Amino acid sequence: MSYKVITRPLKRIDAREKVTGEAKFGADLNFSGQLYAKTVYSRYPHARVLSINTEKAEALHGVEAVITAADVPGENELFGRFPVFAEKEVKYTGDGVAMVAATSKSIAEKAASLVEVEYEELPAVLTIEEALAHGAALVHTDAPGNFIENTHHLMRAGDVERGFEEADIILEKTYRTQFVEHGYIEPEVVIALPEPYRRGVEIHGSIQNPYSIRENVARALNLRISEVRVIPGNLGGSFGGKDESVMLMAARTAITALKTGRPVKMVLTREESILESAKRHSYKAKYKIGARKGGTIVALENTIYTQGGAYNNKARFANWRASVHAAGPYRIPNVKTDLYGVYTNTIYGGAFRGFSAPQVVFCNESLMDELAAELGISPKEIRLKNCLKPGDELVTGQVLRPGKIPAPLKQMIEEVCSRSDFDRKREEFSAGNSGDEPVKRGIGLACTFRGTGLGGEGIDTAGATVTIEKDGSVNIVSNLNEMGQGMRTAHAQIVAETLGISYGRITFSPTDTSVVPDGGPTVASRGTLAGGNAMLIAAQKLKERLLMEAGKILNCSWEGLVIEDEIIQYRGKEKLSITFDELIPRCIMERGLTLSAQGWYNPGPEELDPETGRGNAYPSYIYGCAVAEIRVNTLTGKLDVDRITAAYELGRVINPQIVKGQLMGGLIQGMGYGIMEDTETKEGYLITRNFDELMLPTSLDIPEIDIILYETDQNIGPYGAKGIGEIGVELSAPAIANALFHATGRRVRELPMNLERVLLGRALKR
Amino acid sequence: MKKIRVSLRVNGRIFTLETDPNRRLIDVLREDLNFTGVKEGCGIGECGACTVLMNGKPVNSCLVLIGQAEGSEVVTIEGLKGKNGELHPLQEAFIEAGAVQCGYCIPGMILSAEALLQNNPHPTEDLIKEAISGNLCRCTGYRQIIDAVKIASKKIARKE
Repeated sequence: MSYKVITRPLKRIDAREKVTGEAKFGADLNFSGQLYAKTVYSRYPHARVLSINTEKAEALHGVEAVITAADVPGENELFGRFPVFAEKEVKYTGDGVAMVAATSKSIAEKAASLVEVEYEELPAVLTIEEALAHGAALVHTDAPGNFIENTHHLMRAGDVERGFEEADIILEKTYRTQFVEHGYIEPEVVIALPEPYRRGVEIHGSIQNPYSIRENVARALNLRISEVRVIPGNLGGSFGGKDESVMLMAARTAITALKTGRPVKMVLTREESILESAKRHSYKAKYKIGARKGGTIVALENTIYTQGGAYNNKARFANWRASVHAAGPYRIPNVKTDLYGVYTNTIYGGAFRGFSAPQVVFCNESLMDELAAELGISPKEIRLKNCLKPGDELVTGQVLRPGKIPAPLKQMIEEVCSRSDFDRKREEFSAGNSGDEPVKRGIGLACTFRGTGLGGEGIDTAGATVTIEKDGSVNIVSNLNEMGQGMRTAHAQIVAETLGISYGRITFSPTDTSVVPDGGPTVASRGTLAGGNAMLIAAQKLKERLLMEAGKILNCSWEGLVIEDEIIQYRGKEKLSITFDELIPRCIMERGLTLSAQGWYNPGPEELDPETGRGNAYPSYIYGCAVAEIRVNTLTGKLDVDRITAAYELGRVINPQIVKGQLMGGLIQGMGYGIMEDTETKEGYLITRNFDELMLPTSLDIPEIDIILYETDQNIGPYGAKGIGEIGVELSAPAIANALFHATGRRVRELPMNLERVLLGRALKR
Repeated sequence: MKKIRVSLRVNGRIFTLETDPNRRLIDVLREDLNFTGVKEGCGIGECGACTVLMNGKPVNSCLVLIGQAEGSEVVTIEGLKGKNGELHPLQEAFIEAGAVQCGYCIPGMILSAEALLQNNPHPTEDLIKEAISGNLCRCTGYRQIIDAVKIASKKIARKE
């Protein structure tokens, strides 16, 4: 099949305005008469709120409103138990107890400092161990044991006890991962204003998931969902993060906007952003694995605790995803997996690119190398032996049926190892490391698979509207959101390909909850998969409409017509043709047709057994494999990544340049997660407050990257594409951990692998 | 607070304003002069999103008090386009190389690269990495940005 628009590295549809600075982000928007809002945060990780005195703040000249829980017209508790304002109790230091709105930023700051809150401190639980300890203080009195509601997910396959009996070797290891800040460069922004033309409220800002925020704002304001309109602006990155805190900001500013009748703008400082926004969940994962002498894995058992923080609405979904992937991309007959979400009086876990995979894959792939070392076989051999192959059954019971779900992992491992010269370098580095030189080199391998889309987390619907205008321009609107990942460009390419027209005709409108129906959140790498399918459906409807009309005009059967290069033509008969530019005005102005179509993609629910976790968890899977080469100074603990060679299977590549950008960006984010980034708290207080403390990778830290893309057919997405937004982030940390072990002989089981953990094997306190 | 009077040239135009002395250059550029291409990311000079050229040198405009900008020549991303709206070679190259994702770091990134190319039209890869090392990008992993600066360098050489 030859394509005209997809598979090509076309320029991003939104690139020009972004390089000229003309693209507006939330903070760039201003409304006449707007107020500036600031949240008053909790002073303690856990305390009773005895009183809140707003008098002094209210008395300050320029202050228009000071609001607290008492001013919330509807429900104060939103999705995941997040309170719009903490009322009787604060449960972590990011809780908002009040918000001020004033005529200038500086007055708002001053007023926030004048709100007087009297607290009585309560005992706090700050770690997974403390939360699970017998008699621990409860974060939520109705959540016994500090277990987060609906977060216990499990997987049962075979008989794990019998499996271990058959094993020649059994390993038990515990791994830990840290809370990780998204580190998008744009801090959160929300502007709420009373709807100018009707009852209700309009909300702009850096909002990843406008529909869930609309729903929650409606609950808080006691409005109907249709009375809340959310229009996300350009997002300066999100990666899953601009969600819970933005929901609270939206509720707080919307309440104030309706109360004062004025627009209310809230722009977080970086410190507030890190304090109040979600993090990648911190994990404590206990693993037990059994294998035969030859390297065949016979059983795996794991118990994983995910630290959820004070409130949580994502662990229930992320833990489910983890339960499907917690045995890795391997054929293991006996598996027992349990995941639990745990409340603590700390910053909270949410969605962050990968959604449990960065944690689980780090654990699994470290364990795989530990097992290989114990068995005395190479990391490549153990993976080639056990990895999922065509026809294999997943731990869920789902079969990787050839022609239905591709399974090229073995081939990918072989190719990545050969391209990176893995075997030879392993020997060469080992030989070189035996001397007294303080700098050691290492090479490490990791692989992964990933269920595409939401799968059993929810129904993977998405909607799109495609409209052809009189002048032949074609506008697209998706209910999924652009955050920088390039989704709109992929959508535009899919629509242009389907309609047989040039990419340059396509324009887009931003997502707007009053214009396109709710199709769920923009998560789970589903922008191209689900959102692109909705675009494809809408474009196919329009194409059929155009061909039928052309058939009438040309006096031929429309089934024989095709559109290619903007010409509608009867197959094989050049004379029977009409151009797109001729046809469009005739359809609209002479025939009165609508050339606007809605596409709705609905794959239906996946079927799963809640008792065993088994069933068809996802409609399809994608795969990845990476080799990292590192250099580590054993006198300082400094670790440099020299090179990453990686392969990914992703169905069809809609835009190779954007795909590579997603994968390379993911690999570098994954490297930061692996060796640099931590969001540290001390006694419940955040000590990583801004970018001087949060070590994000810079241009000087990046390795050489070599990426191989695998395309396969028979996939569920538009033109066979699957989602690639997240898989890039998964492999860096485990591949580096395995390379570090190869270099030093020391296994680091806790992230990040920063100077002290690499040098001393433990973290330093401060 | 007693206001101060400041004159500065931004993107070729002279502006004279009276303002509180505790305001930063970024505040004046964004709020008073509407150059919203200048982005704020951290407020402490770590992320580089607010980079502008001040007398030809890249500076974090969140670290410059407005009084320090008196008499200076400032260039923001809005000042890079040509008179007839044609893109600067760096802007063209960033589009071609796929160096833009969310776009928030891009104005600062392009200005840091511009300062480099002004001094050294044919920088090595290491010099490019160093020149943009004060500009954080969380999306791209930098590779396509570095490639873009190389492409721009070639474009500029061709024009000369």
